[in-house]
Amino acid sequence: MNLFFHVGRYFSLLSRAFSRPEKHRIYFRKLFIEVEQLGLDSVGIVAIISIFMGGIITLQVAYNMSSPLFPSYLIGLGNRDTLILEFSSTIMALIMAGKIGSNITSEIGSMRVTEQIDSLEIMGINSASYLILPKTLAVVFIFPFLFVLSVFFGLIGGLIVGPSVGAVTAPDYINGIQYLFTPYYVTFSMIKTLFFGFLVATVPAYFGYYVDGGAFEVGAASTRAVVNTNILILVFDLVLTQLLF
Amino acid sequence: MITIQNISKSFDDNLVLDEVSTVFEAGKTNLIIGRSGSGKTVLLKSIVGLHEVDQGDIFYDDRNFTKMNHKLRKKLRQEMGMVFQGGALFDSFSVEENVRFPLDMFTNKTLKEKQNRVDFCLDRVNIEKAHKLYPAEISGGMQKRVAIARAIVMNPKYLFCDEPNSGLDPETSLVIDELVHELTVDFNMTTVINTHDMNSVMEIGDRILFISEGVKTWEGTKEEILHVQNKKLQEFVFANKTYRQIRDLKIEKER
Repeated sequence: MNLFFHVGRYFSLLSRAFSRPEKHRIYFRKLFIEVEQLGLDSVGIVAIISIFMGGIITLQVAYNMSSPLFPSYLIGLGNRDTLILEFSSTIMALIMAGKIGSNITSEIGSMRVTEQIDSLEIMGINSASYLILPKTLAVVFIFPFLFVLSVFFGLIGGLIVGPSVGAVTAPDYINGIQYLFTPYYVTFSMIKTLFFGFLVATVPAYFGYYVDGGAFEVGAASTRAVVNTNILILVFDLVLTQLLF
Repeated sequence: MITIQNISKSFDDNLVLDEVSTVFEAGKTNLIIGRSGSGKTVLLKSIVGLHEVDQGDIFYDDRNFTKMNHKLRKKLRQEMGMVFQGGALFDSFSVEENVRFPLDMFTNKTLKEKQNRVDFCLDRVNIEKAHKLYPAEISGGMQKRVAIARAIVMNPKYLFCDEPNSGLDPETSLVIDELVHELTVDFNMTTVINTHDMNSVMEIGDRILFISEGVKTWEGTKEEILHVQNKKLQEFVFANKTYRQIRDLKIEKER
């Protein structure tokens, strides 16, 4: 029953959040601010994680394929496909759920407990739309870019680590990352990132919007938001993989 | 004028307001007083629609707020201003951005016109040289005054204040009280203030409604409150020794 209650309230909140904005100009300006705060500020962490991820995948593939039967350029191919299919979309979304998701829950939750949301409502502003719509559009917009950046830095990470530890030569690695490239993999992951972006913005927003209490409850809501977003990302990953392949 | 008729509100099985009726008059500061947990905040939030009432009607002049659809309520809310207990200023906006926000959202005025209005409102609440500061950089009393400026920036017909003096020193409380009273008279607003501060009651209480355990127990003026016979209200009003002495002196003088 509790699950049905939350699902119902989540969709009810979404219907309010996606209703017509009071003033498009203000929302548009807010969208740019959110793209900067939620998206551009995440580029650094995405780059760092992706470089390490790419390097580690390259090493793992190299150690597990240390057979003369396997050409070494397959190490680059393995890194590329792993990054495109899962790491740069799903794992990055899980990490972003922690960074962006907790940020959204704590921001909206703090506004709730300090009556700023009530204040918006009293002014006649649709608080759900004003707070959630720009964040959702910003995250959905920025996620595909973060995915592309993650793949790029992951491949760079493999290029740095692989040759430097002698697991693969640089020409073989570069040859591998171009070998048997399937463009549909990118399309598939792009579609996934749109869904994940939507979840990363709206689920934490839901938990923040309905916080009841004080600072302790905001912290607890942030934790619940991240956990639930992560679970939903994995469920959607499973479903989308089944549907799109 | 705001008229409330037999409004009741409960949370789960807990009845918080029980058939409360009253009239808040225009151009007067109407106070809702009562102990902590008596239901006065729920009453105030029910009047403005932040809580849906279980039964009863709320009329803003002749308009029945409880029967309005979402669109009409939104429109009516543009005639309301509210000062929350903690100020509820937007942390990410500067003082002047906070005050300008309703103008940005609901008017098509030029930037200069909006700035003039913001300057007027901030000037009216005696805020100087803090226009560019953020809420975290100003004192609690200043935050309350900025909240008042934001509440009046759209020229509201109805002003609501939820414990505007909480957390403030007596001198600042007096300044806030006088400011709200002045604004009420100057702009002929219907002002409803939720308080348990007896100083406010004696300073600015044109009409006073006493709520006890969700029930309207008494209503009258600040002059009448010193002569009340109601035991619960007496306990509330004369909890402070000074007010007991004032009452005794008054009674003695009348003899």
